[in-house]
Amino acid sequence: MSSDVIAIQTPEGAGRSWLEMLHAWVTTVDHKRLGILYILYALVFLVIGGIEAMIMRIQLMRPHNDFVGPQVFNRMFTMHGTTMIFFVAMPILFGFANYLVPLMIGARDMAFPRLNAFGFWLTALGGFLLYFSFVGGSGLYGAGNAPDVGWFAYAPLTSRAFSVGHSADYWTIALLVSGFGSISTAINIIATILCMRCPGMKLSRMPLLAWLNLVMAAMVILALSPLTAAQIMLSIDRYLGGHFFDTQAGGSATLWMHFFWIFGHPEVYVLIIPAFAFASEIIPVFSRKPIFGYPVMVAATICIGFIGLSVWAHHMFTIGMTSYSNSFFVFTTMAIAVPTGIKIFNWLGTMWGGKIQFKTPMLFCIGFLFQFLIAGLTGVMMSVAPFDWQLGNSYFVVAHFHYVIVGGILFCLFGAFYYWFPKITGRMLSETLGKLHFWLFAIGFHLTFDSMHIPGLLGMPRRIYTYEPGRGWEIWNLIETIGVFIQGIATLVFVANLVLSYFKGPEAGNDPWDAWTLEWSVSSPPPPYNFASIPTVASRRPLWDRKHSEDPDSRYE
Amino acid sequence: MACLIAAESAIFTIFVVAYLFYAGKSQIGPTPREVLETPIFYTICLLSSSLTIHSASKLLERGKRGAFLGLWFLTIILGGLFLYGTGQEWHRLIYERGLTLCTNVFGTTYYSLVGLHASHVIAGLLMLSIVFLFGLAGRVGPEQSPRVEVLSLYWHFVDAVWVVVFTVVYVLAR
Repeated sequence: MSSDVIAIQTPEGAGRSWLEMLHAWVTTVDHKRLGILYILYALVFLVIGGIEAMIMRIQLMRPHNDFVGPQVFNRMFTMHGTTMIFFVAMPILFGFANYLVPLMIGARDMAFPRLNAFGFWLTALGGFLLYFSFVGGSGLYGAGNAPDVGWFAYAPLTSRAFSVGHSADYWTIALLVSGFGSISTAINIIATILCMRCPGMKLSRMPLLAWLNLVMAAMVILALSPLTAAQIMLSIDRYLGGHFFDTQAGGSATLWMHFFWIFGHPEVYVLIIPAFAFASEIIPVFSRKPIFGYPVMVAATICIGFIGLSVWAHHMFTIGMTSYSNSFFVFTTMAIAVPTGIKIFNWLGTMWGGKIQFKTPMLFCIGFLFQFLIAGLTGVMMSVAPFDWQLGNSYFVVAHFHYVIVGGILFCLFGAFYYWFPKITGRMLSETLGKLHFWLFAIGFHLTFDSMHIPGLLGMPRRIYTYEPGRGWEIWNLIETIGVFIQGIATLVFVANLVLSYFKGPEAGNDPWDAWTLEWSVSSPPPPYNFASIPTVASRRPLWDRKHSEDPDSRYE
Repeated sequence: MACLIAAESAIFTIFVVAYLFYAGKSQIGPTPREVLETPIFYTICLLSSSLTIHSASKLLERGKRGAFLGLWFLTIILGGLFLYGTGQEWHRLIYERGLTLCTNVFGTTYYSLVGLHASHVIAGLLMLSIVFLFGLAGRVGPEQSPRVEVLSLYWHFVDAVWVVVFTVVYVLAR
């Protein structure tokens, strides 16, 4: 183990004032600190977005409820969607990528540290701009404050005639700005992975987390740019009087849908692929077996990346495309289930015959496997265009994508928190609170989103702020709301666990999980320079080789 | 830089798609056939600037600073000429033909596509000028050659985009 430490002037010595500490954090270009900033920033927005979800659920708890009015309800679902995708999921995954990728490939920092800081602060600015709309959105008109056009902001709802005031502009510019931030971070991740690997770290030996983040970054570049272009067009329409999406002057509302979903669907894979990455690191360690089918996992990921770019119009079956384009998107959407299924079998193959340790990170990953499978199955159901005509824009769709995002991505993220928190802070998270968090959250999740499928099948459309009694929707909506509160309590347990363990948790040591990748070879938290001497690797499990020099992996690869 | 170019290409692709999608869909005139004039001279300027920047960076690699600066300056001039040409065409379209961004869908897509390209030319010219000023101050030597190469890659990209924009706007969608 590389325990040699360089004597270096530590920036955070004792006796420094909090102002200097703050200055050091704000001006930092260190990938670890930026990673932590990303994660903290996203956690704050996670709580805000969660509160918005709760407001909606309270409103829908019973028919004819008047907890909030229709205008506020519209703002809440717009802000909830936009916040959760752009200012929770993306930054938190970028945060983990920032923190872990250099450590895992044996580099001392990202390829472009300053670009990294630039990307973070752009993303941060985007989030503040979006929420500033609560204050500044009404402009001179006194009309509306936060954006209320839905998270995919279909034209012509966003035109000046229907969105007076500046709320839609704040939405546009927030996404434009954070989009530039994301693109610069993606460029950075690609350059880091391709150019900064330590000696011996061939692409075929790279940890799966690095591989999957490479694919994710490539998809960010290809998917976020169309969104950026579409936002520029929308701004031209709103400010310069252009006619891109103005149907009365020959513009097309459908074109906005295409442009948005060319971004929107790959975005789902941008979010889920890093979640796959966490699962691919956590499951082998807690099964005490190397990952099953490493090359196939990489190939399946790249395959998902390619197919993921050509399925966008399955969000648009209900707008009346030709039968040829419908069929094309039905088949591509079904095809993407194949590489995804391969991945699920590989994770199961990893667990098969392993000595499974049911620690909290593993629990979350097992929950992910189960829930993501169901989410995938409802996805295949809805890839069939006629089925989608029946259920498009219903609560069935809402249940499906929350199954993916909460049941898949968020569960993996919680697993990642429990797994890497010891590395980031040097303290273990409490297992007791962790298990409580897992069970509460799993129960709350299933109460909410299992029951959400049923009112969808019964015909409850999404985005309604209230509904008539006597349609059989009441009981399911009540159960959903109860489930949301259980998830809220679980999140409080999680936050309490983070805070308590940060101060009082047991010391973690370098390698609490007996893991195999390079980040566990350095101290916890890692020193600013990461590696005193750049390591050399000879297999996919460099730390296993060091611990078991009598039987290293490199002998078999 | 290759990644940035990939991202930029995606942005341009979307604008080109929008242009082609809306070609011929304007409800009122003027149409492209009536008002557009093919800017052959300025296109030649821009395309030949790719050659000059390429030989400039090759000269820098071999340490010939003076020749490098000369060709680099020529590149800036050619880029500036192109920009002047765009400005002149826009002036003619706006004041003589009455085509603005708000007139019809053609106006919207034309100005935003060509404008997006022109803004990239401006960004490129700014970066080229900064290098030129550093060069005048004697701070650009062969050791900076890789960085200059990266900038020249960007400039080639801007030129290549113009080939696409030119084909789409002045040839295909007339």
